[in-house]
Amino acid sequence: MIWLKENALGWEPVAEPAIVVDHLVKCFGDVEAVKGVSFEVPEGRVLGLLGPNGAGKTTVVRMLTTLLRPDGGNARVLGIDVKEDPQAVRANIGLAGQYAAVDENLTGRENLVLVGKLAHLDGDEIEARAHELLEQFALEHAADRISRTYSGGMRRRLDLAAALVHRPPVLFLDEPTTGLDPQGRNDLWGVIEELVARGTTVLLTTQYLEEADVLADNIVVIDHGSVIAEGTAAQLKERMGSTVIEITLRDDDGAARAADALVPVGTASRDGKLIRVNVPGGAGARSMLEAVRILDGEHLDPATMVLREPTLDDVFLDLTGHTTADSDEGEGS
Amino acid sequence: MTTVAAPARATTRVNRGHAVGDAITMAWRNLLNIKRNPQLLVFATIQPVIFVVMFRYVFGGAIQGSLPAGQTYVNFLMPGIFVQTIVFGALTTGVGLADDLSKGLVDRFRSLPMARSAVLVGRTLADFVRNFFVVILMCVVGFIVGWTIGTDVFGLLGAIGIILAFSYALSWVFAIVGLTVKDAETAQAVSFPILAPLVFASSAFVPVATMPSWLQGWARNQPVSVVVNAARSLTIGVGPTSEYVIKAIIWIVGIIAVCAPIAVARYRRAV
Repeated sequence: MIWLKENALGWEPVAEPAIVVDHLVKCFGDVEAVKGVSFEVPEGRVLGLLGPNGAGKTTVVRMLTTLLRPDGGNARVLGIDVKEDPQAVRANIGLAGQYAAVDENLTGRENLVLVGKLAHLDGDEIEARAHELLEQFALEHAADRISRTYSGGMRRRLDLAAALVHRPPVLFLDEPTTGLDPQGRNDLWGVIEELVARGTTVLLTTQYLEEADVLADNIVVIDHGSVIAEGTAAQLKERMGSTVIEITLRDDDGAARAADALVPVGTASRDGKLIRVNVPGGAGARSMLEAVRILDGEHLDPATMVLREPTLDDVFLDLTGHTTADSDEGEGS
Repeated sequence: MTTVAAPARATTRVNRGHAVGDAITMAWRNLLNIKRNPQLLVFATIQPVIFVVMFRYVFGGAIQGSLPAGQTYVNFLMPGIFVQTIVFGALTTGVGLADDLSKGLVDRFRSLPMARSAVLVGRTLADFVRNFFVVILMCVVGFIVGWTIGTDVFGLLGAIGIILAFSYALSWVFAIVGLTVKDAETAQAVSFPILAPLVFASSAFVPVATMPSWLQGWARNQPVSVVVNAARSLTIGVGPTSEYVIKAIIWIVGIIAVCAPIAVARYRRAV
């Protein structure tokens, strides 16, 4: 396939995007877990694949990394079809998974050497590469310790290092920071940013909008196996209504009355005693004041009132009508 | 954290002729695992040692009477203990594979440009090496409690060879179990009901002639008995040795021929 780009002189051929996903389908028994997902990741860019648990994120990643065979559609990594030549795809990708896939009974160094051997690096290159990565990921001091003794953050770093041993130009990160403390998360973000700065193409799945915000050039939101939104983080947030007022009442009854009364302020939704009002961009403080007046006029006595930026939960609430916590049926795998 | 090296585009090469090298790499990794967990090896050998002592000194007197004249129970028992040990040892193949699957390691291996067969071949090879050491240790224990070889050193080596070949075949059976249940505890739980009738309704510990007639047909021809009989006749020197050995080889080859392709197919599909 030839990819064309329009410029001042007309159409010119350009390199195909590093990852091309074209109407990808995967079924597990009767359940269609991925229903015709399409997107592209240009070379050297980061795509954030967002979605609640069970949305199909991991299934998409597993198809792109040749762990699962697609039931329909096509996917190409660096122009190589994942169905036709999976072995060639494998030679060009790195995968770091949801749970750190390191051998707990091997040392950090041995884990990297193992991957180096299995990726068929030259014998004398393997030790050097392992050493280099241990240094880069601040694991040098623990290089010869059994990795079972590592902290969660160290294991994630080792897992990511293992994914990089054979210098893959395309990297898949499936929820790379889930379960990490803020420090560990920041460290890992720094590493990913550096890799991208040096030309690696990254596909990242995450449940944290913040993470996608920091790392991703583009975001694709999927739910129930379909793409439901696409754009930059800024574009997605704009969609949400830029600010959220969260009000907790003292009982459900009061909350129901408050939700009705707050309609002039913005789009209000109620969950038990909790009310969430999406208010138009830039008007947060004024809307807050208005909400206070309305509640006071209705003689309603809120327990808490918070004005905050939209979170991923708000994104999902807006896009899908449910929060990430609601759909917890697990990834179809 | 210091600078991360630039990933050059498409530096890796795809070479498809790595089946042997990759299998050896995987065997190295699995042997390192065994070395790092010596307690597993110790527990795997303590149980058969207890069996040797218990059967030899507790049940030996009672069973002695059912043996053909001139045979001692310890000589009858040792080949049975060997086979029992490696049968239960084969379980670790399945448990280890299930463990790799549940921890996501198999995902890593499957996303690497390595030979598809290497995970299974490497695992069964490592278990073969492990079994080799267990069998050597068992020999030593046997000699301490009075085991004697009625034939010669070639008989003993032949018996050990058949027992190890059988252990390798069983590794493939339990590879299927491990790849099917996908978690270590379940693999262990599922395996015991398969193993118990094989090991105990066999000629491993008692002469088949002492069993009820409906059981004798099974007990005489099932693989554990056949392998035990072959090892026994090779070390005692009584019985139709070549017939037993041929039957044992047929079982071993048959099990590998059936189970290895099934295991490889399951590995390819395992998620």
